[in-house]
Amino acid sequence: MREVDRRSKHSRRTFLKGAAAAAPAAAIATSIPLGIEDAWAEGATTLAPATMKTLVKVARDIYPHDFLVDSYYITAVKPWDGKAAKDPAVKAMIEDGVKRLDQDAQDRHKLPYAQVAWESDRVTLLQGIEQTTFFKALRSDLVVSLYNQEAVWPKFGYEGSSAEHGGYIHRGFDDINWLPKA
Amino acid sequence: MAKFDLNDDGVVVIVGSGAGGGTLGNELAQKGIKVVILEAGARNEIQDFINNEWESFTQLAWKDMRTTSGSWQVAKDFPNLPAWIVKSVGGSTVHWAGASLRFDEHEFKIRSAYGNVPGANMLDWPITLAEMEPWYTKAESKMGVTRTNSIPGLPGNNNFKVMEAGAQKVGYKQVSTGRMAINSQPRDGRGSCQQIGFCFQGCKSGAKWSTLYTEIPKGEATGNLEVRPNSMALKIEHDASGKVTGVVYADGDGKQQRQKARIVAVAGNSIESPRLLLNSASNMYPDGLANSSGQVGRNYMRHMTGSVYAVFDKSVHMYRGTTMAGIIRDEARNDPSRGFFGGYEMETISLGVPFMAAFLKPGAWGRTFTSTMEQYPQMAGMWLIGEDLPQETNRITLDPKVKDAHGLPVASVHYDDHPNDIAMRDHAYKQGSAVYEAVGATATFPTVPYPSTHNMGTNRMSAKPRDGVVNKFGQSHDIKNLFVSDGSQFTSSAACNPTLTIVSLAIRQADHIASAMQKKEI
Repeated sequence: MREVDRRSKHSRRTFLKGAAAAAPAAAIATSIPLGIEDAWAEGATTLAPATMKTLVKVARDIYPHDFLVDSYYITAVKPWDGKAAKDPAVKAMIEDGVKRLDQDAQDRHKLPYAQVAWESDRVTLLQGIEQTTFFKALRSDLVVSLYNQEAVWPKFGYEGSSAEHGGYIHRGFDDINWLPKA
Repeated sequence: MAKFDLNDDGVVVIVGSGAGGGTLGNELAQKGIKVVILEAGARNEIQDFINNEWESFTQLAWKDMRTTSGSWQVAKDFPNLPAWIVKSVGGSTVHWAGASLRFDEHEFKIRSAYGNVPGANMLDWPITLAEMEPWYTKAESKMGVTRTNSIPGLPGNNNFKVMEAGAQKVGYKQVSTGRMAINSQPRDGRGSCQQIGFCFQGCKSGAKWSTLYTEIPKGEATGNLEVRPNSMALKIEHDASGKVTGVVYADGDGKQQRQKARIVAVAGNSIESPRLLLNSASNMYPDGLANSSGQVGRNYMRHMTGSVYAVFDKSVHMYRGTTMAGIIRDEARNDPSRGFFGGYEMETISLGVPFMAAFLKPGAWGRTFTSTMEQYPQMAGMWLIGEDLPQETNRITLDPKVKDAHGLPVASVHYDDHPNDIAMRDHAYKQGSAVYEAVGATATFPTVPYPSTHNMGTNRMSAKPRDGVVNKFGQSHDIKNLFVSDGSQFTSSAACNPTLTIVSLAIRQADHIASAMQKKEI
């Protein structure tokens, strides 16, 4: 059977180079010790970097895939910054949602959400807000914004568009070889 | 290509260009009858289709606002997307999978075959299988259905082979790559299937029959057919005698136009067709056109559906090749000893990663869900499609509050599962899982219904005017120059995909319209 190559086509390094380039000049000029991995969050214009980072953590806790590095979750949640810039109601929904989540985390663990160590503890916190508009909006957006990234498809063994490759007629549409003989 | 004047009152105006409207348009045009097809969607051709589920959905799907109510799962999961159908020239024949099955004899007479089932609004069709057989034969030839007309079956893909092996293990006998309107060899100017997948996103090779690149260009070539895309029908008008006289529609610029007509045929699928009749209410017809029975919009059927996905310890790659690659028909029989009337088919289905995430378990999150998603390449899948019973209260109504861009009430879709549907679905989930477990599935997932792709029954055929909306030719009981040409004519839903029957009825209706026009009856 022809298996799918699941290695990344876009390396994480390339992504981070791109993200670093987008880091605000002011931050670099003033030599604020900005971890390169956090640079993307500083690029947000409307939502606070801490809010963006919490969103990434929440996104991973909603759809945890250990074979996906943060960059995919960042790509998935980053558009919320733009939506918040356009609509104050969205901005309030995200900020209030994150605030409540952090408050819940403080009450229970004396830590902000993103620093609660165990996923199972964070999931319990998320279950507590499952019926909120914030959670529902985040999840229903994420199910598209995460899984609709072409770059994640090979990791799930999915090959995407096929017509330009001539379909699968010569590429393994019927190559299964492990079934019991009828 | 023809271009008809808005004031030409000699034309037949067809609303919709899918299996019913597109076929009727071509059939009439071939007979020398002038036809204008009003299609709400744009004209996307083969080269425009996209092998990407969400992008294609944005391009092709009917996304206009609709509302829902009732006990069905779709109202909970997709409250504003009750149906997954197409708004584009070719209608849902762009999106359909190609399965082309005839009704069984009993499925044309469910009232006689099943009796008076409580809660259901049972009725026999005013036609029988014997009467339909010649028209089925014509439709199969037109569409190039495999395993008819000496056309060989399609080769089975991995997803089919898994289902086939499991079916044989559990003792099923009627297992094959089915009767499909997908070319297994070049035919009718179209090539053979390249096993691309993405059948739901518009066939990029044209191997799958769609009115978009068969009926419509053939009709246009006669000089008798004009297709107007981006033309949303708003209201059918009538004169003092009650006969319909034309259709008011919004053109691509949102401007209202009035196309006069000798005959109007409605083929906008089973949600929009009754909506149009209801939105056309007048002083003379206060409950909407063709609605003296009160049955317009009622008896909405959408099939008992569900899916079973299964995970194996080795790869399947179910997405490679035709989406509906094969079928098990053993459960399609009517055998009430199973605890329900009617039957169901199991047909392979596959979704890509983006749609699998959205539809496997709508709303689910967390590791249980993601660990299933991570098994994607080892998954096989089947769709369950069975007869659902007509219920008077399952219906399309005009939403009392929500209006569309033209200020008209949107369609509201109410559906409650009948106990018969629930019993059948439970049975189908069990049997589907058994098929996969027989060949070593390590987990199976009974998956809830998707938004309806098969929409039927909302302008049903009846022998007596009081029981339904149209007669055996799809001609409305109330207004003789008003026809219904889509699946909304269906009196029952049967355990099979509706397209072949819609096309057969359209060919038959074209003959009836032509002869009635010749005799000056209409």
